[in-house]
Amino acid sequence: MSDVLAPGSPVVAIELRDIVKRFPGVVANDGVDLTVRQGTIHAIVGENGAGKSTLMKTLYGAHRPDEGTIRVDGAEQHFRSPKDAIAVGIGMVFQHFMLADNLTVWENIVLGHEPGGRLRLSPTSARARIAELGERYGLNVDPDALIGELGVGDKQRVEILKVLYRGARTLILDEPTAVLVPHEVAELFASLRELTAGGATVIFISHKLDEVLHYADAITVIRAGRTVAEVADPSQVSASRLAELMVGSELPRPETPLRLIDSEVRLDVRDLVVVSPDSGRRTLDGVSLRVHAGEIVGIAGVEGNGQTELIEAIMGLRVAEGIVRLGDVDISRLATLDRRARGLGYIPEDRQRDGLVLTMPLWENAMLGHQGAEPFTAGRWIDRVAAHTRTAEIIDEFDVRTTGSDVPAYTLSGGNQQKLIVGREMTAAPTVLVAANPTRGVDVGAQAVIWDILRTASERGLATLLVSADLEELIGLSDRLLVMLRGRIVAELDPRAVTPAELGSTMTGANA
Amino acid sequence: MIARLRRAAIAPAAAAVIALAVSSIALLISGNSPVNAFVEMWKTIDSSESTVLIINRAVPYYVAGVAVAIGFRMNLFNIGANGQYILAALLAGAAGAAVSLPAPLHVAFVLVIAMAVGAAWAAIAGILKVARGVNEVISTIMLNYIATGLTAFLVGEYLRNEAVELVAETPKLPASAQLPSLNPLLELVGIDVGGKAQLFGFLPFAIALGIAYHLVLNRSRFGYELRVSGANPEAARTAGINPRRMVLKAIILSGAVAGLVGMSSLLADPQFHKYGDQFPKTFGFTGISLALLGRNHPAGVAVAAVVWATIERATQRLSPLGIPQEIGVIMQGSFLLAAVVVFEVVQRRSAAVTARAVALQAESRTAAAPSDQEATP
Amino acid sequence: MRAPRSVSTWWWAALGSVAIMALARLLSDNDDLTSAGTFGVALRTAAPIALAGLAGLYAERSGTVNIGLEGMMIMGTIFAGWWGWEFGPWMALVGGVIGGILGGLLHAFATVTFGVNHIVSGFAINLIAPGIARFMANQLFVGEPGGSVTNSPGNTSSLGRFTVPFLSGGDLFGWTTPDVLGWFEERGWFAVADLAGAARGLTANISYDVLVVIALFAGSVYVLWRTPFGLRLRAAGERPSAADSLGVSVVRMRYYGMIISGGLAGMGGAVMVLFTNRYQEGQTGGRGFLGLATLIVGNWRPAGVAAGAGLFGYFQGVTLRVEPEQLVRALVLAAAMALVAAAFVAMWRRRWSVLVWAAALAAAGFIAYAMADRPNNQFVYITPYLVTLVVVSVGGQRLRPPAQAGLPWRKGSQI
Repeated sequence: MSDVLAPGSPVVAIELRDIVKRFPGVVANDGVDLTVRQGTIHAIVGENGAGKSTLMKTLYGAHRPDEGTIRVDGAEQHFRSPKDAIAVGIGMVFQHFMLADNLTVWENIVLGHEPGGRLRLSPTSARARIAELGERYGLNVDPDALIGELGVGDKQRVEILKVLYRGARTLILDEPTAVLVPHEVAELFASLRELTAGGATVIFISHKLDEVLHYADAITVIRAGRTVAEVADPSQVSASRLAELMVGSELPRPETPLRLIDSEVRLDVRDLVVVSPDSGRRTLDGVSLRVHAGEIVGIAGVEGNGQTELIEAIMGLRVAEGIVRLGDVDISRLATLDRRARGLGYIPEDRQRDGLVLTMPLWENAMLGHQGAEPFTAGRWIDRVAAHTRTAEIIDEFDVRTTGSDVPAYTLSGGNQQKLIVGREMTAAPTVLVAANPTRGVDVGAQAVIWDILRTASERGLATLLVSADLEELIGLSDRLLVMLRGRIVAELDPRAVTPAELGSTMTGANA
Repeated sequence: MIARLRRAAIAPAAAAVIALAVSSIALLISGNSPVNAFVEMWKTIDSSESTVLIINRAVPYYVAGVAVAIGFRMNLFNIGANGQYILAALLAGAAGAAVSLPAPLHVAFVLVIAMAVGAAWAAIAGILKVARGVNEVISTIMLNYIATGLTAFLVGEYLRNEAVELVAETPKLPASAQLPSLNPLLELVGIDVGGKAQLFGFLPFAIALGIAYHLVLNRSRFGYELRVSGANPEAARTAGINPRRMVLKAIILSGAVAGLVGMSSLLADPQFHKYGDQFPKTFGFTGISLALLGRNHPAGVAVAAVVWATIERATQRLSPLGIPQEIGVIMQGSFLLAAVVVFEVVQRRSAAVTARAVALQAESRTAAAPSDQEATP
Repeated sequence: MRAPRSVSTWWWAALGSVAIMALARLLSDNDDLTSAGTFGVALRTAAPIALAGLAGLYAERSGTVNIGLEGMMIMGTIFAGWWGWEFGPWMALVGGVIGGILGGLLHAFATVTFGVNHIVSGFAINLIAPGIARFMANQLFVGEPGGSVTNSPGNTSSLGRFTVPFLSGGDLFGWTTPDVLGWFEERGWFAVADLAGAARGLTANISYDVLVVIALFAGSVYVLWRTPFGLRLRAAGERPSAADSLGVSVVRMRYYGMIISGGLAGMGGAVMVLFTNRYQEGQTGGRGFLGLATLIVGNWRPAGVAAGAGLFGYFQGVTLRVEPEQLVRALVLAAAMALVAAAFVAMWRRRWSVLVWAAALAAAGFIAYAMADRPNNQFVYITPYLVTLVVVSVGGQRLRPPAQAGLPWRKGSQI
């Protein structure tokens, strides 16, 4: 299963064996192995949900593994907290920076590890040390600048300096290039090279295969909580082979029989652009697509490539330029409630945050998003009886396992909550359905029910836009597959014919 | 239903026990026997006269509690209820004394003015929040003080009853604006208070307010959207509810109800019928305590109001007996503090249950976005 | 640590203020507007407000909003009244601090350990403190000569006063030095006399407790920005999870912050007791909230809090002087002129919304000045609150509260 590590290699700095970590309902790490040699840049790749972050949290002491061993420089370790990990020289650089915007660079770096005595902060010695480290590794930042004024590249340097300041010999970086532009990526890896030349060890998590192949000395591939490959010589492996390893050598067979799709265009999106107010970046960079009646269009892509922005722009939850048409009607300037009233259904990605009010009873949740429409309101007042009746219908038709429509939503399991949401949208008879990760965190049984509902609805003419990180779902349901990368649609694939390598490569930009 | 009541009563009961314990300690420190003190308190309230007085006091408290509760439902702290109500009472009192209308119209007139003034004063804080992002806690606290100064100024200079020299107050409301005592109704039911206490005529209005609050909040579309916005702003947005508009509507409504707090004293209390130095001016703050204790529930706030007023009445006649009267405030304060702590603990316990379900989702996502959580009262 | 632009803005503001005050003095023909006596009283009046503001600062910098400042001040007053009477004036200060700390611990317990909403907890403390104070007064003072439920028997003595030698004619080893500033003040020259009056007011006849307050402010700047403790405290309020990930105990820091906050608020109460030489029910009179206001107006920095408190103290102190009506009129005039100046600055900087606000308020000020022939104390009373409201509304981005103040934090959260 794994490629053998070349013999005669230098010292092993980090070794994780058979790491198992369980959470309620899911096994995040199911026997993971990791061997990192000292002085190397080691990449860990895998899809979303493969278990990479969980593994790293174990390594830097944020939580304890249920099974397995951790060895640092040969000695077995048991970390009770990040402090223990810091003490043996492990430093974590987070994807979402842990920095205080209103404090200066040097204050953020020395926090908790202050130079000088108990009574006096010594900014001069702090600045000197920071300058020294900055010089040596090419991580130059103005120590007196406020974090809030820095760009992402500089903030990342500060995070790295933070761990170096504390004497880290092993650095872990979680998706370090997710927010960087190309020249910043080059600068970052140049600094990392300097570090490893000095004897430090670098581990970084990424799903950007082109970078991984370019910069890493060794690669470990994780899929579904297990190590599936250890690559000692990246020059020997191709991006598509790597992608295949990430995604699995077998893709699910599509379940939907080939159907004739109506030519009627139900959803027409043209040149949709979303600009991020913080960074000015175009998170959605001119997307156009069409969904026909009876069609399910799937959107594949690694999370964070604009899918959320696309969905929210279509629903009217985000300011966007461009045109969105629902059938004949131009809804680009309409408010969310109006769009929904005209037949746009929505299954949000985060059901607990966006789709439900957990403390409210089911019948009130069944009204969410449709509270102005029949049968729920008669003028200004809520028709409780009608609402209860409708909720009972939903519960019945969509197999929501619950004791009644008056219980609060938090008593339902994730799967049943999702079925309620799906049922709510479906009974409103939408013409177009936008579904984001509709079976995330849902048990297998409920998942099957929801898939069935979606298929049946599309057979009856519903046009569906399906965004998902679950490849099985995408391939199993979609009639057409669009791949999003960096805010654009970069490919249209046939779910029946696509190979794992092709899909993985397109999603990660390995052939870009 | 019974089970629900029982579950709802556990936390306040626990808080009450803590409050009684704290007060007992205080009593012991002062050299009094707690048992003796509590017996004396019981004796004071154990009369129909006391009951009437308690209800009279509880009525404006309840109105204040409802006003604040409306804000809390939207996660808005309307600490300015106090300023809103004194300004409303002053201007409504002055306006009411300046016109002459047939009785029902006159009362309605005064009420409308009061609600309008309260709503307008609250709107200032609302606009500042929506347009400039000013936190309503700060703005309403400041507006309270400004209202205090403004009312003192107005009543001292412009709205003054020139006929009275020694005190600054508005002219007395004419009889057509006065609400009659409800004692005749009590007698109909067989309760005879003698002449010692009059049941103020504003009680039916307060009851109507409570019913309206319940109906609007739980049966109307507006109330639904309000509750959703307060419980989960993200879900509200996804459901097409405009957050800014909701904030404005909620705070204005809260202010309008706050304006009614002084109406019992103005319209129904024979001691007043005018706004002046003696006019009660702190009921707005009591409303905050009651909304917290009653958890914004129309009946809960009513119970809290009665409890609050009972404590005050019960401790009213203690000092001649050598028992410190402050024990009342200590009971109230410790009850509130204990209650909010207990509520929080209970809430966390039930949140832990949902947290398990959420943990399932959290691991399948690599990018966990930080969420700003403001603890709801 | 700040950009130079703000420094020059401060200079302009200072210069402008001097000019406006001097002009107002000339126009209203009232020397007391900028006399040493007035400033001395202003200092005295500002001290408790400043302490309340500093107390709020420590709390919010560490991440907890302290609405209970008023209650903690009340605890300070009753303890100070008690200890001052029993043990003497210096012990009054100590007692006040202890009383305040008790309130602070309660607040910390509720908010940090139990996660109760900060506003709610503070409000509850404000509710219970007067009851406790009255209760204690009942136990301690009733039956003593001069004592009652509402006030304590007077303090047996008071703290001494201090005058800076040479500048204000203080004693140096028994020899009375010349009073340089006093001399300038008497000359009455435009702006010079005003500055001299201000300086003299701040350096002559200062009670020792006020000196302690000044020292505390200076010390706070050092503690908060130049010690590891201060850094950790601030981090607990700016980004607690960052601090936590680096091994700093956020819970401990927030407790420390709240203990200091309570202690300072209590001291504020003690200073008031020392001013009147006794405890009096209700003497705090909302200064706790005024302290909160100075925190906002002072942009969460000690220097700002001191300036804000000085401003508010001046307003309140000025009404205790002779002929308050005239002083008030002169002040309204000065304020209106300040707003006109602000309007011009806004126009120059093209900040139109600020311009509108400033112009509107200036117009209101001029109207008030013209209309009022017998202005009430009420106007002065509400001025600090009005100023705070304006600052909060207009300040917007310039205001920099600690990023996570008031938001509950639990281990494992990302904030």
